[in-house]
Amino acid sequence: MTVAPTLVFATGNPSRGDDAVGPLLAERLMAADLPGVEVLVDFQLQVEHALDLQGRSRVIFVDACVDAEAPFVEREVLADAGFAHTSHALAPAQVLETYRRVTGANPPAALLFGVRAHSFELGAGLSGDTGYACRLAWPRLLQLCGADRSQVPDNTSTRTCRFCEA
Amino acid sequence: MSTLPLETAAHREKLRRVVIEPLSRVEGHGKVTLLLDEQGHVEQARLHIVEFRAFEKFIQGRPYWEVPVMVQRLCGICPVSHHLAACKALDQVLGATVTPTAGKIRRLMHYGQILQSHALHFFHLSSPDLLFGFDSDVARRNIVGVAAAFPEIARQGVLLRKYGQEVIRHTAGKRIHGTGSVPGGVNKNLSLAERDELLADIAQTIAWSRDSVQIVRRLFEQNPGLYRTFASFPASTLSLVRADGALDLYHGGLRARDADGNPVFDHAPYDRYWERIAEDVKAWSYMKFPYFKALGAEQGWYRVGPLTRVTQCDFIPTPLAELERREFMAFDDGRAARSTLGFHWARMIEMLHAAESIRDLLHDPDLQGTDLMASGERQARGVGVIEAPRGTLIHHYRVDEQDQVVRANLIVSTTHNNQAMNVAIREVARRYLDGRQLTEGLLNHIEVAVRAFDPCLSCATHAVGKMPLSVQLLDPYGTVIDARMRG
Repeated sequence: MTVAPTLVFATGNPSRGDDAVGPLLAERLMAADLPGVEVLVDFQLQVEHALDLQGRSRVIFVDACVDAEAPFVEREVLADAGFAHTSHALAPAQVLETYRRVTGANPPAALLFGVRAHSFELGAGLSGDTGYACRLAWPRLLQLCGADRSQVPDNTSTRTCRFCEA
Repeated sequence: MSTLPLETAAHREKLRRVVIEPLSRVEGHGKVTLLLDEQGHVEQARLHIVEFRAFEKFIQGRPYWEVPVMVQRLCGICPVSHHLAACKALDQVLGATVTPTAGKIRRLMHYGQILQSHALHFFHLSSPDLLFGFDSDVARRNIVGVAAAFPEIARQGVLLRKYGQEVIRHTAGKRIHGTGSVPGGVNKNLSLAERDELLADIAQTIAWSRDSVQIVRRLFEQNPGLYRTFASFPASTLSLVRADGALDLYHGGLRARDADGNPVFDHAPYDRYWERIAEDVKAWSYMKFPYFKALGAEQGWYRVGPLTRVTQCDFIPTPLAELERREFMAFDDGRAARSTLGFHWARMIEMLHAAESIRDLLHDPDLQGTDLMASGERQARGVGVIEAPRGTLIHHYRVDEQDQVVRANLIVSTTHNNQAMNVAIREVARRYLDGRQLTEGLLNHIEVAVRAFDPCLSCATHAVGKMPLSVQLLDPYGTVIDARMRG
């Protein structure tokens, strides 16, 4: 079975404030239906997600980011066992390392696309600051996926993210 | 309000305070505080839940049919359990007895959840401690360290979890936020193509699950002294059992035993659980402390989860798991079945049972049935109980005439186990920490005890850069005198 060469993997809980930013961008990206791009969403990264990397040439991890120094950040991710205090959720580098351990092959090139996030209350919506950051991040995410805004229909904005509608 | 040994120290102002926050490899945000005197003797040990999540408020005011999807967002680790418990409760609101196809599709989904959750827990949360030792090199005591040292075990863990996720995807309709189960039934059956896809890997899944039971057994055989004593204590117990006493993780009556194994109640209908279970509060914790009313708040706390379920059912209705249950119960004259680390062995027996149950269900033609929904006489209240991976899960709703949820009460397995986990950390503190210089390895012993229960402090917020682990030493006035941070 052939898979799309680019995987966009968004993580976050849609019901926990700014943690929704990954799923919201993913929802919009899915609506755009870009060629060669598959979009997956989950609450958090886990070991089995290493298997989703098989056959890809590139993966973009999209997530809320509490230590972003700008509205959004791009960081190259390399496979790394590293040390994490939790394995209920893996870091992108650990997913890549798990891929290497499980398949014996080098993982695809990977990028972390983090949108600055502030609050994570259950039942809360996106904060104003993160909504603004989300709006700034969207054109760049499209560009990373090989598209630009002129190619994407206007009706791809999400129901819940009013900040992305510009 | 009750007070137990080591719960509240006298002369707290003279004691040194140690904080482990948050607990590593425990979902959500937990904190352990230890108060030590000048000689390093433990005077007080508490497990705190430091976030008040107000799940019930999150649900109130919503139309009842939204609830089974909404509640999946409470927890990123066991969303299916909340999904199904909510549906069972709302079946009662609809007065519906679900059809055989709906009941079996839900069971299949539930066993997929048990399989993937238990695989995650053992291979990725607990095995680093068990395979390397509680105070081994912290840098490799994680799943990637396991993958490096035991690649085949790590690979099987990944694939077992993946298989469970596939069962969920086919029955819930989606990979996450599934809508497969709805109040009154399900909205899809299992197609023959989906069935055949799952059948293709079930034999391997059962074989690996059986191997997993043997891995834990060997660990017990290698160090029986540790497994016999670590964090162990007598406890009352609660679980669902089938009408004939069999293990049933999806439905049944409530069975409760006291710490000596005597019945407190048996086959009690869960839809009036409040007649037998009450919830105590303590000033130092947001999380409530459930207890059996018949035994009172002080003596009536209890333990739920895999260890309880496997040891207090009369038998397991799948042959390989039943064989393993008997071996477990007999091991070391029954001591393994009474030990806190026995949770891990029991968890793997349940994983094997889940795999066998999936195989049996996949051969049942009812899964391809088309009678998916049922209805009945509308009720104002519904209670759904399920045995989630971590233990008994209760969802209780009141719905008004406009179909809005006006009251919700959720008792999750971590809440049921609240007092038992506190007792476990006090046992560890007394045995391993008392009078000794604190090290990361020693503090990890506390976390190992908590992780045996697999508390899910919920929920799924894992933004990049969030949730570091900090350990702080504070003087009696709250001044930080030493601190470590990682993650």
